Amino acid sequence: MKITRVTALIMATGLALSGCSGAASGGGTTTLRISANSIEGGKNTAKAEWISDYVIPKFKEFERSKGKKVDVRFEGTGVDDAPFKQKAALDLKTGTAADLIEIDGIWVGEFAQAGYIKPLDQTVGASAGQWDGWRQIPAPVQAIMSFNGRRYGLPTGTDGRVLFYNKKLFAQAGLPADWQPKSWDDIIAAGRRLKTLEGVTPIQLNAGTAMTEATTMQGVLPLLAGTGQEIYSNGKWQGDTPRLRQVLDLYREIYSTGLGDPKLQQSPQGRDESFARFADDKVGILLESDYFWREVVGPNAEVAPMKDRDQTVGYTLIPAMRPGGGIRGQSQVSMSGGVGWVLNPRTKNAALAWELLTFMQSHDAVKDEVRRTAVGISPRDDVNAETLTGDPLLRFIATKVLPITAVRPGLAAYPQVSTALQKATGDVVAGESVDRAARAYERNLERAVGGAANVSTG
Amino acid sequence: MTSPPTPPAPTPPAPPRPPTPSPRAVVRRIGFYVLVGLVTTFFALPMLWLVTAPFSARPGFSVDWPDFTLANFRSLTESTDALPSLYNSAVLSLWTMAVTVIAAALAAYALSRVRIPGRDGLLYLLLLLSSVITGTAAMVPIFQLMFTLHLLDKDVGVVLVLTGGLLPAAIFILKDFMDGMPRSQEESARVFGAGPLRVLGNVVLPNVRPGLATIAVWAVVQVWGNFLMPFLLYRSPEKQPAAVTLNTFYTQGGQPDLALISTFSLLYSVPVVIMFLFVSRRYGFRFHGGVKA
Amino acid sequence: MRPTSAPAEAAAIRDAAAAAGAATPADASGLGRRRALTFVAPALLLIAVFLILPALWTLYLGLTNYRLTGLEAAHPRFIGADNYTNALRDREFHDALGRTLLFVFGSAIIGQNLLGFALAWSLRSARRWVRGTVETLVLMAWILPGAVVAWLWIAFLDDQGGTLNAILHTPGSDWWFDHPMGALIVFNIWRGTAFSMMLFGAALSSVPPSQLESARLAGASGPQQLRDVVFPAIRGHLLTNTLLISLWTFNDFTPYLITKGEPHGASAVLPVYIYLTALPGERLGFASAISLIMLLINLVLALVYVGVLRRRSA
Repeated sequence: MKITRVTALIMATGLALSGCSGAASGGGTTTLRISANSIEGGKNTAKAEWISDYVIPKFKEFERSKGKKVDVRFEGTGVDDAPFKQKAALDLKTGTAADLIEIDGIWVGEFAQAGYIKPLDQTVGASAGQWDGWRQIPAPVQAIMSFNGRRYGLPTGTDGRVLFYNKKLFAQAGLPADWQPKSWDDIIAAGRRLKTLEGVTPIQLNAGTAMTEATTMQGVLPLLAGTGQEIYSNGKWQGDTPRLRQVLDLYREIYSTGLGDPKLQQSPQGRDESFARFADDKVGILLESDYFWREVVGPNAEVAPMKDRDQTVGYTLIPAMRPGGGIRGQSQVSMSGGVGWVLNPRTKNAALAWELLTFMQSHDAVKDEVRRTAVGISPRDDVNAETLTGDPLLRFIATKVLPITAVRPGLAAYPQVSTALQKATGDVVAGESVDRAARAYERNLERAVGGAANVSTG
Repeated sequence: MTSPPTPPAPTPPAPPRPPTPSPRAVVRRIGFYVLVGLVTTFFALPMLWLVTAPFSARPGFSVDWPDFTLANFRSLTESTDALPSLYNSAVLSLWTMAVTVIAAALAAYALSRVRIPGRDGLLYLLLLLSSVITGTAAMVPIFQLMFTLHLLDKDVGVVLVLTGGLLPAAIFILKDFMDGMPRSQEESARVFGAGPLRVLGNVVLPNVRPGLATIAVWAVVQVWGNFLMPFLLYRSPEKQPAAVTLNTFYTQGGQPDLALISTFSLLYSVPVVIMFLFVSRRYGFRFHGGVKA
Repeated sequence: MRPTSAPAEAAAIRDAAAAAGAATPADASGLGRRRALTFVAPALLLIAVFLILPALWTLYLGLTNYRLTGLEAAHPRFIGADNYTNALRDREFHDALGRTLLFVFGSAIIGQNLLGFALAWSLRSARRWVRGTVETLVLMAWILPGAVVAWLWIAFLDDQGGTLNAILHTPGSDWWFDHPMGALIVFNIWRGTAFSMMLFGAALSSVPPSQLESARLAGASGPQQLRDVVFPAIRGHLLTNTLLISLWTFNDFTPYLITKGEPHGASAVLPVYIYLTALPGERLGFASAISLIMLLINLVLALVYVGVLRRRSA
């Protein structure tokens, strides 16, 4: 690799100033550093508070009881995902990263391929597999922080996607309060009924690049799963396939016949506005994750609280295009994601860092985290059994959605594939034909994944 | 506009104006005030939000007469790193400004007084290169460079990187001030035995003070607004400047928190505005003969 | 770098005089070439290490398929000009370039130049407080941090509560959606006019008042005075100003903070396009390639300008 030669050249200029970097320990005290994209008083403040107020003091106490002096430093920030990812990657690349870092599960594959993170049994050793907590974490949830069948970290939670609908509007349009669509046609039919109401956007199906990943996760991917296809399978990415065209056709039908509002999809604040409209009883059907229920329209939420959420907001599984037509022959589909903690493979205190990580994911700690933060469904069955009882939707997700859900492929090309899918839906919403949008998508896809050899058109 | 449409006879008018106002002068005067009124409105209107939203209990995007609550300021103090980050920004900006001004002054003086072949072409090339370095693509090289030099998470590292990016334009602008300065004073100073540094310090620099002030303000403004570089190069959250803090205000639901954003924006803007007012009052903030090639 | 002894200095002067030749003015400061180099050295060193080195490194990345993560991060491959051909063939790149040129032409070359000159011209004889107020306001728009300014304009043009709609009584007009480039152009005129105003202010103060006076006495109207006296005197400034504001506008990233390139890419100027195409996949090699293309376009702009300047002095 030539880059190292340039590095050597810099050294040769004799400018290397002295100074010591990063992790330090002094006076018999070992210091661990943990970093996450959350900050007190800002983004994900509850998580930062959980770390500062619960994890750190309790862990220090725990270690002191064993006669060890340990200090834990939290390096929090609260920025957009893109710069956070950039920084995490650069930190891990140079080895200056914290001992524990919280990253999006979707980054695990690309970080692993780049050699930034290593499987737990390599970093920690055989003891990683012997942790008793694994038994509490279901395999699909473990998979969030795994790549090629090996575990790279511990997930902090997961989610699931469903169709939310407004029961008041449904009643006005003569639709059932207990709505259970069996196919895409049922959704369109309900949308047509809702369209008769004044000032109502019948369906909000995310599209376009302004919504970024929300278009892919709460739009294209669940729909594609409903046609029986996953975006990456058998080592190939799905290009301009008949099934992708079926998905784009659905977008076309919704946005060219007034069932959806194209403008919401193309405004930088469009997603927020769609939330506000839903809370205002002006959106009929909306595809979202449980985050919407908890943090957007929750009675105490800050975004768009609905005091009457439990009475007004209904939820139902996302139907496949037609019964039995989804992936694995399912009649309903969903998508899930999640974040989790990984170990810096170059940590000087791997054993201690693993101890901290398992402490953070122990029953008591997770329970405290759930109580404080935006974690809806925790990774641990024992905690979920205690905390989900009070929330019907979360129970619904845990029992009905997680068994049928799917996850995104954790490969480095995925973010760009996702962007290409967003563009394709954006094209259709902006009035392009499905044919042109699909062909443009395939061109973008080929460039993103390194040539036509990696693309399937079947 | 409050000004009368008639010419201002009693107050002393601006110098180059005929003593008796002709009808055409009156029309011109009205036209002038209309223009001034329109321009003032155009420039002031977008800034209104910055003064009303922080004092509103639930700020949206509209400009309303606020209910004058200080609650938003109080909730800012809850976030441990928010207010200290303003101090960090000040330290970072002032250091970068100092290094930039000193290095640029020395270089601009030398380039202005001694002919170096290809000087102008070189300056242009550097100006263009400085646009590459501000892009996202340069982040990996810069990060690795700073890692190799053991300058990550250090003020001096961020200061040096920022200075490197600012210097070409600073030299470019400052050199012009120096070009426009008469050289006779330098000659006479030299006759009295002053060395080049003395000449620069005692004769040249006092003469180009508005230029130095302009560069200084410009450097501070550039650093003050820079997000990506400090964000990547600092490790410790308590060292991050205000530009990073402004990016962290989301509600628990992940939406931008307009109350905190507007309030912090105000606190974040006030120092640069005050600095600008101070500098422009004290030294004058303008270009000398104009930037010439 | 202490001042050295007199003989050395005298030698330096001789050196410089010899180097400069008869055609150039005498080295009045007594600097000498060697000492001049010492003066330039700190800046040069900083620029070399923290600007040129990373910039060249970046340009080298443009020849590879380097990414921030994934297999290509561990083993980047040299792919020659592929990034460049890919970019140049991309229709979206062409669109973004077209938008950028419109943005530069509308907001900088026309907007900031004209408004900046109009302000400098009409304020030059205005009363102190009027001049102070207007200049301060215009300059504030220029010195406020980019992130703050982005929020100000999102709020100002918001379709529901935005101030503009409140004034025009046009609630619901979504300016960023209906006229994204128009709104961006107006925004950038607001943001950047200060520089032109100051530069023209300085330029106009260098036009001898006596010339204007004699033109007026000869019966020249306002526009005639501008054409015959003012413009010839400030043409160099006009060109310099146009170059600098063009370059800055060309590379301005603030549009992303406001519109994120929406609706459907209609406001994606080149820097935004780079960010949107290169960053979601962290395709740093590709991003470097486009950066170089942008640099070359900037270079063309600069050369055109230098060419015009030469022709003028010839």
